[in-house]
Amino acid sequence: MTALGHILRRREAGIALMIVIFCLAVGAYKPQFLTLDSARIILLLTPLIMIGAMGQMLVILARHVDLSMGSMMALAAMASGMMFRYAPDIWWPLGFVLSIGVGMALGLVNGLLVTVFRLPAIIVTLGTLNLYRGLTFIMSDAKQIDRQYVPSALKAMSQTSPILGIPWIIFMSFGVALLTWWFVMHTRLGRQIYALGSNPVAAPLRGIDVTRVTLIVFAISGALSGLAGIMYASRWGFVNPSNTGSGFEFQVIAAVVIGGVSINGGVGTVLGTVLGVLLLGCVAAALPLLGIPGTTQNAIYGSVILAALLIDRLVRLQGQRSMLKGARI
Amino acid sequence: MLKKSMLLGLATSLVLGGAALAQDPLKIVYIGKNTGNPYFDSITGGFVDACASLGCEFEFVAPATAEATSQIPFIEAQIQRGVNVIAIAPNSPDALNQVLEDAKSKGILVLTVNGDVTGNEDKRDASILPVNFDIVGRDQVEMVGSLIGYEGEIAILSATTEAPDQNKWIVGMNETLKSDPKYAKMTLVATVYGDDQPEKSTAEMEALLANFPNLRGVIAPTTVGIAAAAQVVQSRGLAETVKVTGLGLPSEMRDFVKDGTVTAFQLWSPYNQGWLAAHFAKGVLEGTIKNEVGGTFEVPNLGTITINANNMINTQAELTTFNAENIDNFDF
Amino acid sequence: MTTGTPQIAVTRDAAPPRPGWHVALVRPEAMTLVLLIIGIFAGSQLSEFFLDINYILKSFTISAEFAIVALVLTMVIIAGEIDLSPAASMALSACLFAWAQDAGLGMPLAIAVGLGAGLLMGLFNGVMVIALQLPSIIVTIGTLILYRGLAQVIAGDKSIRVPDWFIGIDKIMVAGIPLPVVIFVVLSLLLGLVLGMTIFGRQIYLIGTNEEAAKHVGIRTRRIKMTLFIMMGLASAVAGLMTASRLGSVRYDLGLGGELQMVLMAMLGGTYIFGGRGTILGTFLAAWLLVIVSTGMIVANVLPAWQLCVLGVLLIVSIIATNFIYSRTQR
Repeated sequence: MTALGHILRRREAGIALMIVIFCLAVGAYKPQFLTLDSARIILLLTPLIMIGAMGQMLVILARHVDLSMGSMMALAAMASGMMFRYAPDIWWPLGFVLSIGVGMALGLVNGLLVTVFRLPAIIVTLGTLNLYRGLTFIMSDAKQIDRQYVPSALKAMSQTSPILGIPWIIFMSFGVALLTWWFVMHTRLGRQIYALGSNPVAAPLRGIDVTRVTLIVFAISGALSGLAGIMYASRWGFVNPSNTGSGFEFQVIAAVVIGGVSINGGVGTVLGTVLGVLLLGCVAAALPLLGIPGTTQNAIYGSVILAALLIDRLVRLQGQRSMLKGARI
Repeated sequence: MLKKSMLLGLATSLVLGGAALAQDPLKIVYIGKNTGNPYFDSITGGFVDACASLGCEFEFVAPATAEATSQIPFIEAQIQRGVNVIAIAPNSPDALNQVLEDAKSKGILVLTVNGDVTGNEDKRDASILPVNFDIVGRDQVEMVGSLIGYEGEIAILSATTEAPDQNKWIVGMNETLKSDPKYAKMTLVATVYGDDQPEKSTAEMEALLANFPNLRGVIAPTTVGIAAAAQVVQSRGLAETVKVTGLGLPSEMRDFVKDGTVTAFQLWSPYNQGWLAAHFAKGVLEGTIKNEVGGTFEVPNLGTITINANNMINTQAELTTFNAENIDNFDF
Repeated sequence: MTTGTPQIAVTRDAAPPRPGWHVALVRPEAMTLVLLIIGIFAGSQLSEFFLDINYILKSFTISAEFAIVALVLTMVIIAGEIDLSPAASMALSACLFAWAQDAGLGMPLAIAVGLGAGLLMGLFNGVMVIALQLPSIIVTIGTLILYRGLAQVIAGDKSIRVPDWFIGIDKIMVAGIPLPVVIFVVLSLLLGLVLGMTIFGRQIYLIGTNEEAAKHVGIRTRRIKMTLFIMMGLASAVAGLMTASRLGSVRYDLGLGGELQMVLMAMLGGTYIFGGRGTILGTFLAAWLLVIVSTGMIVANVLPAWQLCVLGVLLIVSIIATNFIYSRTQR
């Protein structure tokens, strides 16, 4: 089996192929889709999801799930937003520290509930999804942070940068992906997350401190949600207690799952997740370009997710069949 | 015999008179579309000030999300609380039919404020609108026309596909473009929907720019849409070629106006709607205002207001235009 | 108990059998009941308008449709799966029903269309999960979006009216109780008996506890799971029609967000998300708990912000208590 064969057999190749086929299909109908401009549009639709997907990926790898990402994002964004509003002369990059810090704290609460009380993460985060959203409203007195309070320098990060005019936010999202890749590939902790997720029962026997790893995973998820929060303010120029982060966790989970991360933990790669995010970004950019009415767009989204799952399933079945036949791969 | 009936008459009038003197303050509630929406804070401001001066009790409530049915439990709760007036900005034209009928049957005055239950007007007593919705389409076309020299391709970026207000205005825009020769050189190339979400509105705006390279103007009659469109134009530096206008909040558009991305846009005064609604409600319930088509009534600071067909009341006659000269005068 | 056979390995002494009253009272449903009572008390303190049985019943009818589907969802979760698409199924069934009767197909046929659609949707979910062995949480997230999208395609952005005589199911009273509530209670009794007393019910618990073991003892896991998904589809369709009757018209966004409420009802009732544990009684009580808590806060004009917080805390507290009770009673 050649090296190329090895590459093509991998899950990520499947997703990459889907992206290519999709873009070519759309491009055949609308050539504007295949321009650099279009690439910029697609990339700008995805940075928040990319950042969130990295955190969610780690949580899912550990065989948990985090449904509270959107609410953590809102609370963290609101914290910085209120700081910008009531202390307008403060050095604005402190907002990053605040948002990431708040996010990490919220994530730790999730982690503590999961580890100390041994509660299923899906329910804990369902509860904190509501709790954190409620706190966001209370903290902000249900008022949004208007455009004029968000520092222009922060907003500029989503507009441009001295490097080829590519907005900082795009570098940031890929930077986070790169860091995550390095983390899971080259640190002991990263490997432990995989081990924990693939076999939680055996993990302590392998010397993995389950509590520590779980707490760290949720803390990272929270921290990245916080980062996504302040980048929301950067990208859109405002923070709204009701809309910011609403539905975010579902978009993120969809991207992660499409990217080949198994919901049962232990399986998945950063590359796959990045491709999953990009695929959803392409679909999001293509639908309005094709003039598909808003009423059908959701039907298409659902179909894309199901199609990706089906393909994944078929690929896995194929792999199993070859294994059973004793074929050498 | 005579003495007895006189005594009865005296007693009755005393009781009635006493009751009139000891009348409870009117309870008014305004149900917004959802919380965290700055627009409704302005309307509430009007209500609060009016009720303070009129001696009514006022509360503002709103569901957490703006779904079609999310207001139903709130309306039921207000009926249970025995309010006298339910003012509401409806999230759906007909999902509230049954529950509004319930309210009316209990003698509660039902007003829709800032929007209407199109097609189900009999379910409410009157509708307080910010401006005559029939002229919005026409004025917005004129606005964009004046910015692009009355010539070129334009597009509309709306909210959700089923938003009744926006759809009404879009109908008006189409009619104006077709019938008025002043706009003969302008073509409407697309109407797209951003669902009142910044991400979707941005994606649709980008698609517009990509699909129609000769686009000159965009009308976005929704505060989320116009902000998103302006942001796209700003980040791509297209302020000279593509003119964005529509309906926006001064607080959200101020930056764009100051840096030249947006030259002018329009809206009305949400505050005045609340002010008017409270005065109207009190007047109707106390009998000083007759809720009849064609009638008029006075509201302090707003002058004479007419009740139009279908019991629709317009708070002001024309849209207010905001531009670099006056944008700092407003605080909403 | 002793025979002549030598005892080989005694691992540990069995815990003493629990007294009858312990078994009956110390269970997760008891926690739900306690929370329900606290909720009623709190509601009465928050607002003088709360303790009105007619008002509470009226408030329940708004959630009754979700509660009915939540009952079947409980069974699905006990069997180790999950279905996040029921609210979207409700909408699609209702839209198809409304469109059919609007197109002149006559009421019986239109109802058949609606119910049939629900059946098909349940079947589709079942096929994806069972035949293709895809994880149910992801499949049903996909179908949740798909069905909602299809409802949008059919109904567009408009509402479809239903005939006047069809409207007002919530106004029909049975002994002073609105019909939807009666349907919910009756269904709870029925499904409670099925789940607790029949072999089918026992098998559902076994599948949820250990699917492989269940298969090995001959339980037809695939057939049972498929049955459950189809039941979900049917229940969603019925719920969709009930909602259409209550609102008087159908839109694509019918029941938007309902799946979360249904899962909440199941969770608050002590159903274990990974399967194997849960009862209809728990979900029944939890449905009332949710209605009481939200109604109590709404009628007291409590800010939605606080309502969200209370809901979140409620869920976490309830799950902590449930887990605690389970770990203490299973030895």
